Order: sequence, then C-alpha cells, then structure tokens
Amino acid sequence: MLFLKEFAKAGWPAKIGMAVILVYLFCAIFAPLIAPYAETEVIITSPWVSAEESGTLLGLDQLGRDLWTRVLYGARNTITIAIVITLLAFFIGMAAGFFAAVVGGLTDQLLSRIVDIIMAFPTLFFALIVLSILGTSVPVLIVVIAILDSTRVFRISRALAMDISVMDYVEVAKLRGEGLWWIMRREVLPNALTPLIAEFGLRFCFVFLFISALSFLGLGIQPPAADWGSMVRENAAAITYGIMTPLVPALAIAILTIAVNLVVDWFLRKTSGLRDEV
Amino acid sequence: MGLLQLVAKRLGFGLLALFVITVLISLGVEVLPGDLAQSILGQSAAPDTVAALRRELGLDRPLHVRYGEWLFNFLQGDMGTSLANKREISELIGQRLLDTLFLAVAAAVVAVPLALALGVLAALYRETLFDKTISMVTLGFISLPEFLIGYILVALFAVQVNWFPAISNITPDMPFLSQLYASALPVAALTFVVVAHMMRMTRAAIVNLMQSPFIEMAQLKGIAAARIIVHHALPNALSPIINVIVLNLAYLVVGVVVIEVVFVYPGLGQLMVDSVRVRDLPVVQACVLIFGATYILLNLTADILSIIGNPRLRHPK
Amino acid sequence: MTQIKQLETLLRQGKISRRDFLKRAGALGAAGAAPLSMLGASPAFAAKRGGRLRLGLAGGSTDDTLDPGTITDFFMQVLTHAIRSNVTEIAPDGSLVGDLAESWEGAPGAKEWNFVIRRGVEFHNGKTLTAADVVASLRHHIRPDSTSAMKGPLEQIESLRALSPRLMQVKLKTGNADFPYTLTDYHLGVWPEDESPLQGTGTGPFILGDFEPGVRASARRNPNYHKEGRPFFDELAITAIEDASARSNALRAGEVDAINRVEYKTANLMDRLPGINVLSITGTGHYTIPMFADVAPFNDVNVRRALRWAIDREALLQTIINGHGAVGNDLPIARHQPFYNTSLEQRTYDPDKAKFHLKQAGLSSLDVQVSTADAAFSGAVDAAVLYKEHAAKAGINIDVVRESSDGYWSNVWLKKPWVFCFWGGRPTQDQMWTVAYQKGADWNDNHWYNDRFQSLLLQARAEVDEELRREMYWEMQELHWDEGATIVPLFNNFVSGVSSKIATTGTISGTAEMDGYRATERWWFA
Repeated sequence: MLFLKEFAKAGWPAKIGMAVILVYLFCAIFAPLIAPYAETEVIITSPWVSAEESGTLLGLDQLGRDLWTRVLYGARNTITIAIVITLLAFFIGMAAGFFAAVVGGLTDQLLSRIVDIIMAFPTLFFALIVLSILGTSVPVLIVVIAILDSTRVFRISRALAMDISVMDYVEVAKLRGEGLWWIMRREVLPNALTPLIAEFGLRFCFVFLFISALSFLGLGIQPPAADWGSMVRENAAAITYGIMTPLVPALAIAILTIAVNLVVDWFLRKTSGLRDEV
Repeated sequence: MGLLQLVAKRLGFGLLALFVITVLISLGVEVLPGDLAQSILGQSAAPDTVAALRRELGLDRPLHVRYGEWLFNFLQGDMGTSLANKREISELIGQRLLDTLFLAVAAAVVAVPLALALGVLAALYRETLFDKTISMVTLGFISLPEFLIGYILVALFAVQVNWFPAISNITPDMPFLSQLYASALPVAALTFVVVAHMMRMTRAAIVNLMQSPFIEMAQLKGIAAARIIVHHALPNALSPIINVIVLNLAYLVVGVVVIEVVFVYPGLGQLMVDSVRVRDLPVVQACVLIFGATYILLNLTADILSIIGNPRLRHPK
Repeated sequence: MTQIKQLETLLRQGKISRRDFLKRAGALGAAGAAPLSMLGASPAFAAKRGGRLRLGLAGGSTDDTLDPGTITDFFMQVLTHAIRSNVTEIAPDGSLVGDLAESWEGAPGAKEWNFVIRRGVEFHNGKTLTAADVVASLRHHIRPDSTSAMKGPLEQIESLRALSPRLMQVKLKTGNADFPYTLTDYHLGVWPEDESPLQGTGTGPFILGDFEPGVRASARRNPNYHKEGRPFFDELAITAIEDASARSNALRAGEVDAINRVEYKTANLMDRLPGINVLSITGTGHYTIPMFADVAPFNDVNVRRALRWAIDREALLQTIINGHGAVGNDLPIARHQPFYNTSLEQRTYDPDKAKFHLKQAGLSSLDVQVSTADAAFSGAVDAAVLYKEHAAKAGINIDVVRESSDGYWSNVWLKKPWVFCFWGGRPTQDQMWTVAYQKGADWNDNHWYNDRFQSLLLQARAEVDEELRREMYWEMQELHWDEGATIVPLFNNFVSGVSSKIATTGTISGTAEMDGYRATERWWFA
C-alpha cells in the first residue's frame, strides 16, 4: 500500500514502465487464453507468410506458425526463465558475497579467487562446454547462466558488504552474539539493496541476450518451445529479405528492457533521495 | 612500493588462476562426449579406424599424462601442435590473434571516445529530453542481440546499398586501409554493442559526483557546467569509468565470436569454438590461456590506473 | 516444344520464377531432367574461358587437412576435386565415365578389375602420372594403421598392383560389379607416390595456391589438365562461410558467385531475387528414423509397420524442407537411382492402417521414445514433434527425447533404439545397403537381419547380368518396404545459390551438391 502511494507520485516514465511490465506479465500469465492458436500449431506450411495473406495479426514465422501466438508464449517462457535465472544469480551472488565480506580471511580469499577464475573464462565458452556435457535442458540452462551471472553480483555484493561490515552497528551485532545469517539478512542486506537493484535491471536483460547468443551457437532453449531469444535467431535470416519478423521478438525484449530500467531508475532516485534526508 | 607489491601479488594470483583454468579445461574437454578421433572421422567413423587415429594422436594415453606433457612443453615456451591439423599452434594462432586484436582496437578507437562524449553530454544535460532519448536509445541497443545488429547492418549497407563488404574476409597481405575498409561493418556492430554500456556508466559516475561538496562549491563559484564536468567531475569519476571501459575492451577481445561468425571474420573466437567442437585440446588450451590472460591483465591495468588516479587508494590506511 | 522455349526465355529474362517455370513446364508434360537444363545454360555449349570463380561454402573447419582420408565436409570435398582427379567419375547424367582411367574391364565374377590409365596425364609438378601413383594413393587408405574413412569400404580389396605404368590390377575378396563406382568416392583422389598428400599436388583442374583451414583456399588454372579445354575459370577462390545468412548475404552483395546449403526456409525468397538462380537438385541424401529391430517393441514387424503408416510425409516435406525434396517410401534409394523399385505402393499418412497394424501386434495403444537433435539434420526436432502429433491420431504416443547436438553421432546414434538420422546416400544400391543394412556393418543403425535380404545383397553384388541384378534389388526393396526397421520419410534436395553470371552445361549432377563437387571444372562465366 505504501508502495502504491509512493508510486502514484512517480513521474510519467516510471508509470509507463510499470504499465508495460504489467501488460507483459498479463500476457505471460494468460498466454493460452489470449493466443489465437496453440504454441506449436502450423497454420500454413510456408515460411514468413505475411499478415494479410495469412489473416493473422503479425504474420507467420519460419515454420508457418502464428507469430503473435509465439510472442505471447515467448513472454511466458522467456520472462519466467529470466526471472528465475536473475533471482537465482542474485541469491547465489549476494549470499556468497556477503558471506565472504562478513567472515573475511581465508574464506573470503578462497571465494574471491574462485570467482576470479570463473570470470577469466570467456562466458560463452564456459556455457559451451557445460551445456555440451549436461545437455541443453531448461534447468541446466538456468543454473549455468545463473552461476555465470552470479559472479558479477558477488563482486558488487562483496564490495558493498565490505564497507558495511566495518560499521559500528555490525560490530555491535557481532558482539551481541547474533548469527551470521542474521547479520547478513538484517544488517547488510538492507544497506546494500539500492545499488543491487540497479544491477538487477541490467542483469535481467542480459539473460535474454545470453540465451539469444547461445541459440546462435545451437545451445539455446530447444525447439519447439517459444522464447524470444531463440525466435530472433530462428527468424534472423529473413531480415535481409526485408521481412521484419525477427524484429518483433527483438522489440519485445527491447521494450521490456527499457520499461524495467525506467522503474528501476525511479526507485533509485527515490531511495537515494530518502537517504539524503537521513 | 605498495603498488609494485600489489602488482606482483595480483600477477601471482593470475598465474595460479590460469593454471587452474588449464586443468579445468582438460577435465572439461575430456568429459565432453566423443573425442578428437571421432570428430575428425565424422559420422562415418569405423571403430578400428578411430582406434588407429587415437593411437596416432596419442589420445589412448591417460589424461594426466597428456596434461603433464603439455604443461612441461608449455612451460618451455612450446605451445605444441594442433592435434587436428598438425600445424604449429603458435603459427595457427598468431595471425588470428593479430586479426582479433585489430578488430578490437579498431572498435575501441571508435567506441571509447564516442561513449565518453555521449556520457558527458548526457550528464551535462541530465534530465532533459536529450538525456532521456540517449538513455532509451542506448538501452534499446543493449537489448538487441549482436547478431541481429550485424544482420541489419549487412542488409542495409552491403546488400541494399553496396557501400561495404558483407563479409570481412581479410588476409595478412592486405594493405592496412583495405583491412580497415573490409572490417567497417563488424567494427560498427561492435561499437553499437559496447557504446551503450560505457556511456551509461560514464553518465552515472559523473551524475553521482555532481552531488559531492567540491562540485557544489565549484557551482557556487559560478563556474560553467561544462567546465565543471570536464575539469572537476570527470577526473574524479575516472575510476569506475576506466573499470567499465576495460571490461568492454576485454569483451572486444574475448566475446566477439558471434560477430566473427556473422561477418566471417577470421579471429580467435571462431578458432576456439571449432576446436571445442572437434575436441582439439592443445588449441583450446592456447585460446583459453590467451583469453584468460587478456582478462586478468586488463583487470590489473584497470586497478592500477584507478590507484594511480586516486591518491586515497595509493596510500591505504 | 516452342512453348517450352518461350517459357525458357521468360525464365532467363527473370519474368517468371523458377517455380512458375517448373509448374508450367510440368503442365506441358516437359517434366524430368529438362527444367534443370534451363538455368543459365546454353544448349549450344559455348563455354567461355576466363574469370575468377569465388565460392562461399559451408562445411569448412579449422581442423581440415589436405589428407583425403579424413575429409568429412563440403569445403574440402570441393577443394580436393579441384586439385585432384579420381580414377573414375560419375558424369552429370549419372553414368560412370573414366577420369584418370581411360577404360576398365572386369573379369567374370567381378572379382578382378583392370584399369587402363590415361596416357600423358601430368601432375602439377610436371611428373607424369603412372599406375604406381594410383596404387600408392589407394594404399594410403588401406594400410594397417590407416586413419581413413575409406578403410572399411576398401577392405574388399585383396591385392592392388601396377602391372605396367599404364595398367592397374585390383583383385577383390568377393565379386563386386559396382567396384568402379567405389573409386569415384571423394576420398580417393590421386597424388604423386613420392609426395605426401598434405602437399596438395594432384592432376586436377586447379593448382593449389594458399590454403588456410576453415578460412579460405585459392588455386589457379592447370594449363595441362587432361580434359580438353577445361577448366574454364582462370582462378578459384573458396571462402569458408559457416553462417547461412552470411553466405546468402555474401552472394547477394556480389562477393561470391555461388554458395552451398541455402536454408530451405529462405530458398524461395532467394529464388525471387534478380541476378541469382537457386539450384534445387534431388540427390541421394535422405532423412531416416531407424529403430532397432531386435529391441522391443520394434521387434514386432507390425509395430514397425504401424509406425511407418503413422507419419505424414507430405506435411514434413512442406514444413521441414519447404518443399525442396521428395517424400520417401521407406527405401534409402532415390527414385532416379539405378534399379529403383517403381512397383511399390507409395506409403502415405494413414492412421487407420497404423491402428490396424497395432491391432495385429495385439496392442490398442503404444508408448515409444524417439531421440532427436538438430545435429541429425536441421529441423529434426521440429520433425519429431510433428511426427508425435501425426502418430497420436493412430493411438501411438511418441515421447520426443531431445538429445544434445554435440556428441549426437557418438552417443545417441547407434546407441539408442529409435533415433532421427541423416544419410548422404550412395551412388549405387550395393553401397547403400552394405554400409547401413548389411548384418555386421559398423554403421548398421537398424539391426534388421532378414535372411533372404542378406543373401540377396551378396548375390546381387557379384551379379554382372543387369536384368538378374534388377530382379534381386527389386525383391530386396520390397522386403525392406514391407518389413524393414527404417522409416525414410524424406529425400532432401541440395539447394545452392548461383549468380546468373554463371553458366552450366545444362545437366547438373545429383551425386553431390555443386554439380557433384565439380562445379569448378563444369561451370563457366557466361
């Protein structure tokens, strides 16, 4: 409720952003109800039939499936996967980062070096090897990208927690005999939240791009499930023939990226403003 | 002295990291389904031919023996030969490394000044329509897959109007300017990919600083906004900016395999993906070492530059 | 015929598309080989010399070498044919002709073959070709520690001798009437006996310049080539382009003159472009779905029959390869190949027949797993999902298992009981049946061991009487059609994109893409 009240005061960019996000979420949740066809249903067995010719909203894709339906189901698959990956990445990264910073010493050294090593691997290459070994099922994809993403979150969280953990109130809590988990959750997390949320906005979008790049190398989400990254890849060949099909899922990603960041920007401005008053 | 010690320590850790990486790569490639003999002979490989090829390539020996031998030779400066095509790895990689660096430097020369300029301008006119437009446009570009950017550039500038070549098939004996011309589209594509990130960070770092007391002081003194940003804010915001620039430079060397494929650019990324596919371990090792070392050295450079640029870090308490 | 001529003119002027042309020509009853000959071809055969042919080819890799024994993909297949010659060659019309061999003769029983080597053929280094060079090149593949993919197929050779500088004698362990066909294989180019094949010297139409594996190769015209007047191009430049869109962009931007493996989904779009012709040629390549005939439930012939009637081939043809191919009839032999059994009924999609066969097997429904990945062929995953939908209507529940593409050939194919697969096909029935259907063959992916079939295979191989051979092959095909364990839903075309500046002799080979790998010596600039 408080959030809603605050949000009512936000500027128009944030409101537009939020509206877009809500529309996306609505599409994702109710895709089977809104979509005129089934996810993998072939309408006309010919690639890229135009909207007029096929009598559909956006035309057909490379296998003759309804593009609008695919975009809707794509919202469902892509947004779910992106949210899960980002949350997992932040959970791993933040937990490890805070832990390293609060405990310090050898643990910190060890965790930091492990992260250094993972980061020194070219990311696509890391994914290439792991996905080749374990196969490209969705759960594997989620874990691999989350781990790769979590290294950056680790760095930021650790740096933030380093600053915080030397604060008096943390020292006091330690002396009080509070547990590690309590300190991380109650003292470190609230004070490190703002910059982490800024990071969240960008990380979230990189997931789409990463899946897209993986599908370029044949390791993305496997057909026939619809996801925007793979849809861009599968239809990309059409762009040189002046067919705009691949731009539709690409725009879906771009618009969501912009919307999420508009809201994040508002949130940042608000929280940093609040802090100034303290 | 503190700086030298730090560099030595970081280099030491870097070497250790590279060592661990080579071990992990060996294990990883070993666990991958199939091996080099099978992939050379393809789908139609008969078991006894595969066995013969394995013997010829020395793949019938246990992994730790092969790794030990590779490490021993490597430490003496011998990268070995490609198992797949028997060529010296130093020779195989040399030209491709130069080509990769050529592309990275060309893209950086365009992208870094552009990003800085846009970032400064956006900070100067922050919260105006200009700032918001730039912010939206760059976000849009960040969220486009790089191969799509590549295809769009080719469709427009190579197929529709024949201004630039569609494939950057550069050769070592090409004159410099021809190489540059042939690489125009991949350079443009990479610029689009990296500018957004660097520009946003530049803007954020400067805006962040605009609230600090010394800037407010300068503002009170009535110094022009542009001058404040260029002379006061920018130098103090260098550390995060350098960091993000370095990160993107590393990306330009390490992460461009997709752009290489789209423009048929004969760089290292393609070689590495091919080598992983055929399980040519020595070549994979060499590529990963180059990429890993690039990342570690660039990061170290960033840290040193930040320390030099920031006296407080130079003399830690 | 004048109407055809008119159509041809329209086609040349770009006023009608190739597809329209085929449709209308077909309506005029001019189907068959005729349409192929119209593509930029000049019937008068006024081939012109000169120019630099630039090819953009998929199928090159940084691990390529000039050792012909380990060639697996298209870039090297074209390059090896540009710099080397084989003993025999399949002509564009499908007949077997001599390349380095002037003539050959099989002894009765087809166990002994004598090849007469052409007089005065010179290698690029000036050395004159002798039978000893041919023998040495063939031995490269059959030596004990050979790493060549031809080791298995050449195991039939008992002895190999150069009887004189111009006479090579090959003795086989068992008779093989098709042996001269075997020597057309792309692995079997000839190089000088005193050199390593890695040096790239040959007797081919082009002399190798530089070669950067997975990147490019260049070559210049061999002025002493043994085929009169050929090649027509002065220079050859091949660029490896893996990405299909990059290939078509390079062709459209005029940076290459021809490309291979046009994606089926863009083939018709490309065909509409001015200045570019699309060559869609039926070859021997086919998609298969082999099951292990000795593993339940596939060990019941009625289950196999049910699965064969439960697939909608026509839908797959349109969806997966955009019409660029033909439906298969559960035979790994293409319709245009010798001894194809034309009397067999074409299998169609018939859920009722599938149900009937299920009932025969004593089942009311069936649950089976099929493994697939796009490594099998592009679109194999989509094909499996479509098949699942087709089969559901016959009460067959197919569980589609998506395997990892990387390692598909080493871990899934030949290991799992029912998989999606691709075969490039073979020029003769004997080679095709031997490589994947003979009992004990390394790549037998179906385990279907019908006794009659197996003994016919051996008999037909040694039979030199054409009519008797035909009868045997027809019976084998009938057996396989009725009881076999491999579903062959589709034959896929080779689809290449060729600049309209290029002219061809009129008949394009169906043995392999790019005019049987030999576009470099068969085509010219109009």
